[in-house]
Amino acid sequence: MYALIDGNNFYVSCERVFAPRLAGKPVVVLSSNDGACIARSNEAKDLGVKMAQPWFQVRHLEKTAGLIAVSANHELYGDMSARMMAIEARYAPRQEVYSIDESFLDFDGVREDRVAVGRHMRAAILKETGIPTSVGFGATKTLAKLANNIAKSADRNPGVHPASLAQVCDFGRLSQDALDALFAATPVGAVWGVGRRTTEKLEAGGIRTVLDLLRADITTLRRQFSVVLEKTLRELHGTSCMALDDAPPTRQQILVSRSFGTPITQVDGILEAVSEFASRAAERLRQQGSVAGAIGIYFMTSPFRASDRQHSVNVTIPLPRPTDDTAALMHAAEMAVRTQFRTGFRYAKAGAILTDLQSTGHEQGELDLFAPVDEPAAPAPDPRAKLMTAMDALNNRFGRDSVRLGSTAVATNGADVAVWAMKQERRSPRYTTRWDEMPVVRA
Amino acid sequence: MDSPDDFADGAPVGRDGPAAPAVRRTSSAFGTPGLDSTVRRHDLNDVFIRHQDATFMMRAAGSDMHGAGIDDGDTLLVDRALTARHGSVVIAVVEGELRCRRLERPAAGSGRRPPVRLVADAPVAPIEITEDTPLEVWGVVTTVIKSLL
Repeated sequence: MYALIDGNNFYVSCERVFAPRLAGKPVVVLSSNDGACIARSNEAKDLGVKMAQPWFQVRHLEKTAGLIAVSANHELYGDMSARMMAIEARYAPRQEVYSIDESFLDFDGVREDRVAVGRHMRAAILKETGIPTSVGFGATKTLAKLANNIAKSADRNPGVHPASLAQVCDFGRLSQDALDALFAATPVGAVWGVGRRTTEKLEAGGIRTVLDLLRADITTLRRQFSVVLEKTLRELHGTSCMALDDAPPTRQQILVSRSFGTPITQVDGILEAVSEFASRAAERLRQQGSVAGAIGIYFMTSPFRASDRQHSVNVTIPLPRPTDDTAALMHAAEMAVRTQFRTGFRYAKAGAILTDLQSTGHEQGELDLFAPVDEPAAPAPDPRAKLMTAMDALNNRFGRDSVRLGSTAVATNGADVAVWAMKQERRSPRYTTRWDEMPVVRA
Repeated sequence: MDSPDDFADGAPVGRDGPAAPAVRRTSSAFGTPGLDSTVRRHDLNDVFIRHQDATFMMRAAGSDMHGAGIDDGDTLLVDRALTARHGSVVIAVVEGELRCRRLERPAAGSGRRPPVRLVADAPVAPIEITEDTPLEVWGVVTTVIKSLL
């Protein structure tokens, strides 16, 4: 049995923790590069603000409806995420941090009433961090995601689903009839892994709800759709096809992490691991044609070794300019480890997460080959980009890590990393990570 | 890089930063007993931060809480995992703003319920908690850091 926990309107919730005046108001968080709405409070959703909608299209709501826009504060979100994830990790022996605000927990072998555990966890996260969450339980990761989705919509739109499923929803204790009713009321596009195009195709074939999908003929679907949909369908039917740490990558962030077989106690070990993660994440970044505006690094002891002293680090480093350069990312990662590492702890897990992803406008590889010839000449690629492309090509051909940068390599523009020149007029203070930006309280 | 682990004057406190390495690696064939991982230098985090994931720092502005030892510019450690009791110094949300006050919630005796109030430790009017202005405790102040420089 899996649980999926995620933060409700996570970025907005982070902002509200330190600015309580934002509670109950329509709030959007804008991406740092292009001013698209990347998070919306429920009140903003009610105003009709769509996900990823450009700010200029909704700007008028500032005056007419009191809409409040803030710029993304990735450092704050990274730290609040770290706190949330650490609390979640107390509730199950295995956790997969899936994105900045979502994690899967493995509840196999947990004997207690799951809904009660879920409510306890939700209450602990809310009390300790101020972030409201939703919890879904299901026999597979896809079902846990769907249960989470229902927990959220039952909370947000009373009447759509039974109120008892709000906030925490456990498919495992619902009857087949109750499940069918839920699935009939849930559009097929709500299923994890069913994208917009697949949804359109399914709807054209008369499959509109999750229940329709479950009752569809699997062989017909197999002919029409990819193996991914078949996997999704099997997961929906309760056959687990995805283990923990085995999820399709999201495009909003790239996460590479690993639990260590033997705990690491020395800074060199953490440096090595984190450099490797940063390098692997950078490779994925280039594959999908994105650059990252921030890199998060975490390493932590195991809460399940009760005799060990506990420590966890999770820092987000905004990059001076968005990059896909392995060396720049590794350098930031190294700085994070060197400033945060503490001796005397047995670290059990570490990871790197690239966030604030932005498109470079072109994907690597074959896409370029098909670019129209008469397109205005692109600016000559800078030598570093060439180096990265060459490195990826060699690693593809000769196997991962045939070529890599030394973990101590300092980028030629490495000095930039220390200059945190983020010009953002609407950004809130980095309350929890900057000594001179901490919240001020009237005393 | 700024770091929450550095105090205002920039000296690393409680953590082994690169500026002042606490551990010097040597290649002694006999091992280095000083590196025994169970031996650790005094670390303020161990003593003052009881709930790592729930502790936040705030800067005090004003002198209404002077009597509680909190002065303008002091740094407060605020633990959200603790439950505020009668007499706790808390961060409360008042009219959409964070305020530091002492919680007054006397135990209910016989008869009428005593009023719940957020009081200052200076001659300032208390904030009465009523049905219209419910009590919203953000966290409990556990520690005051005061720089003497």
